[in-house]
Amino acid sequence: MMVPAGSQDGFPVLLPFRLRRGETHHRLGVAAGALLCIGLVLLVSTASAQGGRVAPSALQVIAKWAPLLLTGFAFNILISAFAMLLGTIAGLGVGLGLLSDLWPVRQTSWVLTQIFRNVPWLVLLFFVMFLVPFQLTVFNAHIPLPDWVKATVGFALPVMANVAEVVRGAVRSVPSTQWEAAEALAFTRRQSMWRIILPQCFKRMLPPWMNIYSLVTMSTVLASIVGVSELLTLTAQVHAAEGGRPELFAPLYGFALLCFFLYCYPINRWTAHLERRFQTR
Amino acid sequence: MDAISGWFQRFYESTGYNFSVFYDPYDWNRYVDGLKMTLILSVTTILLSLVLGATGALIQSGPSRLLRGLVNAFVVVFRNTPPLVQLFFFYFGFGTMLPATETATGMREPVLNNIAWAIISLSLFAAAFNVEIFRSGIEAVPRTTVEAAEALGYTRFKAYCHIVLPLAIRVCLPALNNNLVNLLKTTTLAYAIAVPETLYALKQIWSESQNVLEMMIVLLATYGILVSVLVWLMHRWERAMHIPGYNR
Repeated sequence: MMVPAGSQDGFPVLLPFRLRRGETHHRLGVAAGALLCIGLVLLVSTASAQGGRVAPSALQVIAKWAPLLLTGFAFNILISAFAMLLGTIAGLGVGLGLLSDLWPVRQTSWVLTQIFRNVPWLVLLFFVMFLVPFQLTVFNAHIPLPDWVKATVGFALPVMANVAEVVRGAVRSVPSTQWEAAEALAFTRRQSMWRIILPQCFKRMLPPWMNIYSLVTMSTVLASIVGVSELLTLTAQVHAAEGGRPELFAPLYGFALLCFFLYCYPINRWTAHLERRFQTR
Repeated sequence: MDAISGWFQRFYESTGYNFSVFYDPYDWNRYVDGLKMTLILSVTTILLSLVLGATGALIQSGPSRLLRGLVNAFVVVFRNTPPLVQLFFFYFGFGTMLPATETATGMREPVLNNIAWAIISLSLFAAAFNVEIFRSGIEAVPRTTVEAAEALGYTRFKAYCHIVLPLAIRVCLPALNNNLVNLLKTTTLAYAIAVPETLYALKQIWSESQNVLEMMIVLLATYGILVSVLVWLMHRWERAMHIPGYNR
């Protein structure tokens, strides 16, 4: 029912609120991007200028350790990918549970979603790290559970809850006439869900799903707090290995920021692009 | 009070579930101190981030291209990097560069301590999202309203404070609500730079009393209640600020 925003401009009426991310306003222009990079280089070089003559400059330190740090970052991405995979599969299940006809299923899914959505990610991570054993014993076979696997599960839990909400929201956003049309064609509830409603939801779910992915990627650094050796842990170790000079903190953590920025910013731009393309009015 | 602590003590003796925070006054005090710190962190960061967000949105609708570009860069950078790395960047990167004084015992006493850095860093992180939310709200205010204000002789700043922002806030409250809940959850990150908030306090308790499971339950319940209270308050505010006839 909504009229495109442009055509309402003439009327003194409050327009409907729509969070339009990254549309023309929050795009980093070429100039701004260049400025940002120059600023970072300046920051790094001033830091190294204070470092004195003998010690290697911050840029040299970063160049020396970049391969190691980038491996750490790759590990972050790996954790985020697995967490997303696990979380999406579980989230689809819980999301369909939220829409179920049976009230016990609906209630359980609702409680699960609420708990895992409202508790801080770090708390959930602690929860999984401390309460899941370090190895599982299934039929006398010992399956070791290394730290990073547990961390992945810890990240998958909030992903599950968020994906469930996304699924529910997407299914709700399909006009009810679609359900009625399916019923008129003698589809059962399950058939109409899987063959008519969900295929239409896929497009609507993609942008929020990618949003969640970028959130997970940014949360993987939390694993460093519980001792998984990913980018942030390695950064601290590199800093110690270089003599723990305080002026190295800014460039090293700046490098970590840059890694995440270069990975997440394109994803966010793309999400905003898809959101605009799929926008249904 | 005594009845509760007595009950938890007996509960521990009969079942082995050790909720030490509820009967041991030492643990209880630590827990309450942690809770207070979480509340201080949340309230200050929420207020600061709202002020910063509103300022950023004002600058963004302003005439200066340079300032607009700076706010843009700020939003883009803070939205696309992990808050924990931002926190470390500020606390270690800038914190160690600032001049420091020495206490009587010879300890290094920086100008800004870890709590101050946590507040600054988390506020900036949330402000980046708030700028975007406020801007979307401002866009919903029709041009004609602003023009009417101009015709009445309002300056741009006055019109923003008295007319545009009050309308924009009402329009974007649901989105703001989400972001503030998120901010409350993000305050746990301060744990990483040893700010003694709830997670930190409970971690200390469970390392000493060996009651991880029980303290985890307390932790989950604490954050569940905190988030529910915030959501309830925001909903009340939303209802109180509701514009008659808009969007319903």
